Amino acid sequence: MAEVQGIGVRVKRKEDPRLITGEGRYTEDIQLPGMLYAEVVRSPHAHARIKRIDTTAALSSPGVVAVFTGADIEGHVAPIPTAWLPPDSDIKTTAHPALAVDRVRYVGDGVAMVVADDRYRARDAAELVKVEYEPLPATADQELAMGEGAPLLHDDAPGNIAFHWRAGNATDEVFEQAEVVVRHRFRQQRLIPNPMEMRAAVAEYNRSTGDLTLYSTSQNPHIHRFLLSGVLGIPEHKLRVIATDVGGGFGAKIACYPDEALVCHAARVLNRPVKWSEDRSEHFLATTHGRDHIEDVEIAGKQDGTITAIRVRAIANMGAYLSTAAPGVPTILFGLIVPGPYRIPYAGADVYGVFTNTTPTDAYRGAGRPEATYLLERMVDLFAAEIGMDAVAVRQKNLIPSDQFPYETAMGLSYDSGNYQLALHNALETADYETLRATQAELRKEGKYLGVGVTTYVEICGLGPSQVAGAVGFQGGLWESSTVRVHPTGKVTVFTGASPHGQGEETTFAQIVADKLHIPVEDVEIVHGDTARISMGWGTYGSRTTPVGGSALAVATDRVVEKAKKIAAHMLEAAPEDVEFVDGSFQVKGIPTKSTSFHDVTLQAYLAWNLPAGVEPALEGQAFYDPTNFTYSFGTHICVVEVEAETGQIHLRRYIAVDDCGRVINPMIAEGQVHGGIVQGIGQALYEGAVYDDQAQLLTGSFMDYAMPRANFFPRFETSFTETPSPHNPLGVKGIGETGTIAATPTVVNAVMDALRPFGVKDIQMPLSPERVWSAIRNGGSAE
Amino acid sequence: MALEKTSVTITVNNDTYTRDIEPRQLLVHFLRDSLGLTGTHIGCDTSQCGACTVLLNGDPVKSCTVLTVQAADQEVTTVEGLGTIEELHPVQQGFWEQHGLQCGFCTPGVMITAVGLLKQNPQPTEAEIREGLEGVICRCTGYQNIVRAIQAAAEQFDATPAQTQAAATTGVTEGGE
Repeated sequence: MAEVQGIGVRVKRKEDPRLITGEGRYTEDIQLPGMLYAEVVRSPHAHARIKRIDTTAALSSPGVVAVFTGADIEGHVAPIPTAWLPPDSDIKTTAHPALAVDRVRYVGDGVAMVVADDRYRARDAAELVKVEYEPLPATADQELAMGEGAPLLHDDAPGNIAFHWRAGNATDEVFEQAEVVVRHRFRQQRLIPNPMEMRAAVAEYNRSTGDLTLYSTSQNPHIHRFLLSGVLGIPEHKLRVIATDVGGGFGAKIACYPDEALVCHAARVLNRPVKWSEDRSEHFLATTHGRDHIEDVEIAGKQDGTITAIRVRAIANMGAYLSTAAPGVPTILFGLIVPGPYRIPYAGADVYGVFTNTTPTDAYRGAGRPEATYLLERMVDLFAAEIGMDAVAVRQKNLIPSDQFPYETAMGLSYDSGNYQLALHNALETADYETLRATQAELRKEGKYLGVGVTTYVEICGLGPSQVAGAVGFQGGLWESSTVRVHPTGKVTVFTGASPHGQGEETTFAQIVADKLHIPVEDVEIVHGDTARISMGWGTYGSRTTPVGGSALAVATDRVVEKAKKIAAHMLEAAPEDVEFVDGSFQVKGIPTKSTSFHDVTLQAYLAWNLPAGVEPALEGQAFYDPTNFTYSFGTHICVVEVEAETGQIHLRRYIAVDDCGRVINPMIAEGQVHGGIVQGIGQALYEGAVYDDQAQLLTGSFMDYAMPRANFFPRFETSFTETPSPHNPLGVKGIGETGTIAATPTVVNAVMDALRPFGVKDIQMPLSPERVWSAIRNGGSAE
Repeated sequence: MALEKTSVTITVNNDTYTRDIEPRQLLVHFLRDSLGLTGTHIGCDTSQCGACTVLLNGDPVKSCTVLTVQAADQEVTTVEGLGTIEELHPVQQGFWEQHGLQCGFCTPGVMITAVGLLKQNPQPTEAEIREGLEGVICRCTGYQNIVRAIQAAAEQFDATPAQTQAAATTGVTEGGE
């Protein structure tokens, strides 16, 4: 038998052979006979009334089969709903019409869909759709949008306020009585997720059966089936959503979008397969953005370094409509984690969600937690500077001690497990912190500006218990399904509701099964991303795949072993409680010679010639696993930068990451997740930022204007793990997909500010472009 | 507007194809839509991301920025022609061994770019590899394992006889049509 590559082994990925040979099957790769191509006509105005749409010229363009407008689809395609409604927040659920009828609210809002026999002809015809607009005043800024006289987006949302959510126990009194209070305003700039695969959809309809199949770039096909069923009026059992190879998501493929619904509708009406593919420019406009907060933060503490309170008043830019999960991001996923990994008795979050004439925002890798971690970690540094203490010492003083878990926070969360000091210690040791400080002092004498930035973080992941999901207004469950089907020959097919798009779950999940059944990973096939093959699933986001989906798999596999044990006991003429499963065989306890192999038992389960009473044939385990709590990954990141005072250029010298995601299933894959996360986090700190002008036109609408991180921007990262198992799930695992993004942004900015301390610079607006850094040095203070 | 079609003959992965296409058709659409070679992907529309990179006569080009007619009577190598699962190209092997891919979408273009890089500079330093990847964007890996994958491929080249090496570098075997 081949070697068992179980939990903890660096197994090469099972998904790679198809992906490195060009045999992957992404949505845009789907070609169906008679397939048509769709193109969406989008608004060039940020805010306008639609006076007239003339489709005559487009309809007579060569190859055009149909043109749909908002009026055409009325009654057939319902507006796209919002699926996260935080309670007690006076939320205004202004659903998004799949095609605008009388008014467009952002540049990129869909106005018509053209369907033709060829992708070039579809685009030709889209340019012939004549839309007469009456432009209206527009705003992209959430603070302006809240102000008096601002253009109103939705009649039923006065002041453009989509919701107002509050949490925590921090009162004015706490701050009035504090020894030290530091206040600061941060602007979390808007980011554009930009997975390398843009959105695409292919829909195929069978008129005689009424079955509709949608191939989709989705992080959560079952959620899309659930929501689209309502939008399209297609019964759920007649709707199949397939998302097998998905080229990255980062949150941008969670939402239910108009375009996918329109493609389904076109296929249904025309009775022919229809494909729609975004191009990158379209992606910048039509796929959700992330972040975009204005945050006023106060931190209170004592001269000895004790932090006593932190609170934030945030204004979150929601864009023109509330996207699927959007309201949960700047509230639950942001506000509740504001006190971070510290023992802070008082914390508060007061969040306004505001409509503006911009692309809707939603989850972007980390979703709320990077925003919270940024403000906290920047404030800890500002607080440390205020009281004249080393920022690391302040962290050491306030971190929750490892013997205090489970720890109840001021926000009512219960952190499961942790050893925050160990992660910090390991990171400091790897960095050789003391020597770095000495080097920094030396270099300053030579006019060289070295900076060291530190972040200690904790994050909510493994979303999450369904009861909590309900309590916080998420319009779905957050459990996960898994079916482990052992075939008569002992090979295994697993069906999981988690839906990966780069996370390597076909490998890590196979390792979990291989570990438990003591079989080669090659014998385990993981099936995901198909609603017809998988009973139900809530998808991949919120670092939930391994903690929730993996746990479902572990429980289902245990059920297989339990049943197999009963059959084995019968075969061995022993009581089930006297039989144990050791290294792939069932043996009578204490009598290793009296044993039978897993394969023999599997075959007997299917032959069913002689099964014990009450045991059904076949061998399959199923679990619908609902976690009892979130899991809380944590760690310490350290960055060393050098800043050229003459040019404002920042050089990343070193980056150290010590993360703890509980038990690591595959260290190679976990490291990969950390690397990618760090680059996205540094992307926000130094390079990326969406810019709108005062007419709410997106100025950063392509890779020529929006700076994506590239290979030559980075040093080699130094990553390692500590392993503090989560007591909340059978595998002891936590999430790792978002930690890098959460930690890296404040780490790098803290490092740059540390470097610029001799110039009196306390803060610079992200991204820290050389021009901004240079100006800040010249001004000796904050620079926009 | 739709234009009159023209006939082109192009050799792709050693097979010669003749097709009637619109003169405005992009090479990437010829490969994907006309030939069904969907391993080459499209990641942007401004020639920045490199997902669509293929070899044209052995040198990397972005196939979203080349017209099909410009490739007429020439040789194109796509990821499908790089190696097979039984006999992987050293670059493919490196990407698998070193976890050089996550979602895999940019990977074909990045691997082809790496083949071009190693052809120019068979033993690049880490800094040279990172510079050489300037024309590609990967959103998943943070590039670290892509760098290691290319280093691993370079090491494998180092241990390979020169003649085989040249063939593997261009991805085109001798005597190809």
